[in-house]
Amino acid sequence: MQKKLILDSKQLDITLSRLCQQLIENHSDFKDCVLLGLQPRGIFLAELIHHKLKSLKVNVPLGYLDATFHRDDFRRRDTPAKASETRVPFAIEGKNVVLIDDVLFTGRTVRAALDAMISFGRPAKVELLVLVDRKATRDLPIAADYVGKYVDTHDAQRVLVELEANGNKKNKIWLINKE
Amino acid sequence: MSKLSQRHLLGIKDITRQDIELIFETADNFKDVINRPIKKVPSLRDITIANVFFENSTRTRLSFELAEKRLSADVINFSSSGSSVKKGETLLDTVNNILAMKVDMVVMRHASAGAPHFLAKHIKANIINAGDGTHEHPTQALLDAFSIREKLGGIEGKKIAIIGDILHSRVALSNIFALKKLGADVMVCGPPTLLPKFISTLGVQIEFEVKKALAWCDVANVLRIQLERQQLKYFPSLREYSLYYGISKKMLDDLKKNIVLMHPGPINRGVELTSDAADSHHSIILDQVQNGVAVRMAVLYLLAGAA
Repeated sequence: MQKKLILDSKQLDITLSRLCQQLIENHSDFKDCVLLGLQPRGIFLAELIHHKLKSLKVNVPLGYLDATFHRDDFRRRDTPAKASETRVPFAIEGKNVVLIDDVLFTGRTVRAALDAMISFGRPAKVELLVLVDRKATRDLPIAADYVGKYVDTHDAQRVLVELEANGNKKNKIWLINKE
Repeated sequence: MSKLSQRHLLGIKDITRQDIELIFETADNFKDVINRPIKKVPSLRDITIANVFFENSTRTRLSFELAEKRLSADVINFSSSGSSVKKGETLLDTVNNILAMKVDMVVMRHASAGAPHFLAKHIKANIINAGDGTHEHPTQALLDAFSIREKLGGIEGKKIAIIGDILHSRVALSNIFALKKLGADVMVCGPPTLLPKFISTLGVQIEFEVKKALAWCDVANVLRIQLERQQLKYFPSLREYSLYYGISKKMLDDLKKNIVLMHPGPINRGVELTSDAADSHHSIILDQVQNGVAVRMAVLYLLAGAA
């Protein structure tokens, strides 16, 4: 198994700062804006972004969204996917939602998340922020609005996001060859 | 693992503690789903479920049907009254005919103990037991335990008294299996004629005086007197039963402690519970009903997903 480091702790910090600045650029006053981290792994990134925005004097509500029951691979895998907590402590109706996930791969999770989100109401606008965008691996016409890093990958590779918030020693993003 | 150890849900006896905990965790998520503005998820949209009821039911049947619809399954309902069962069709023939219409899961209630187990040996579809005679009613036990867990924060070490007609109750048996597996202390209480002879072999305490049972327990799960199953006279009169075993609000208030009152329904008001007890702040009877939908969604989801 080969591992290649894509982002180390310091680079990740710079990337997060840039993503926050881009959010600020597009949202200026953050009126009616909410962040929605996708379970299970996007929530850690969402928390980092939320925290960083706070240090830049921007307060945006943060929620967690689980799309397990809206996935399109139910009964097409051996075991049912395990659901996580959904916590949306605000109304989605009329909001500008920023969906946040760690890795954008086939786009199927994001599709499911859009469905799951709409069961809470009709947002005014939805954007997608991802830390790693795996280029040319999409099964669906889905693109991210804010991207931490573009990576060229193929199906036999995997992107591993290790975050301190998720119980890892250091923030590190890896590209792994599955053999 | 996020998979149940069984293909069917025939009884609590056959499943493990891990299975029960997985069902609870999944039900937590579904409870969240059914409190959203849009209460429906598409998980089971390519599944057809037959609700086959050979015995009367309101709560269980509505609860299953709602759970199935919230998961986007296609649902057909069958009840034995007004069907060809009256013309002499066998159980296996009836169900095979339903399955020939491409049904994936069967939810069945039957007056004979073991009917769903018999079906499970002969057909391919997943089977969920919605009550078989005086044997088991697994989803009721799961929703009862789920409601206790929600109210008290856990089940391990809690004292639960099951009070009433234990002999004829499938709810009692399934509850005992579920609560023992989850580490609770269980007591059964009722007139000696309505307690099965060998009940203590299940590891439960026995009490004949309802006041002592109430003083002992954290949760009182009160059962209905099942007159329709009683061929003999087990007690002199309903009035006498309610005098010795009926529970009133005053009895609960006098305990000077927090007690949770449950009932699987239908309640015979004035027999096992007075109206003021059933409607008191001790009672979580309507929470049980709400949790029933979430728990049944979890069971359906986990069984269908492992196919």
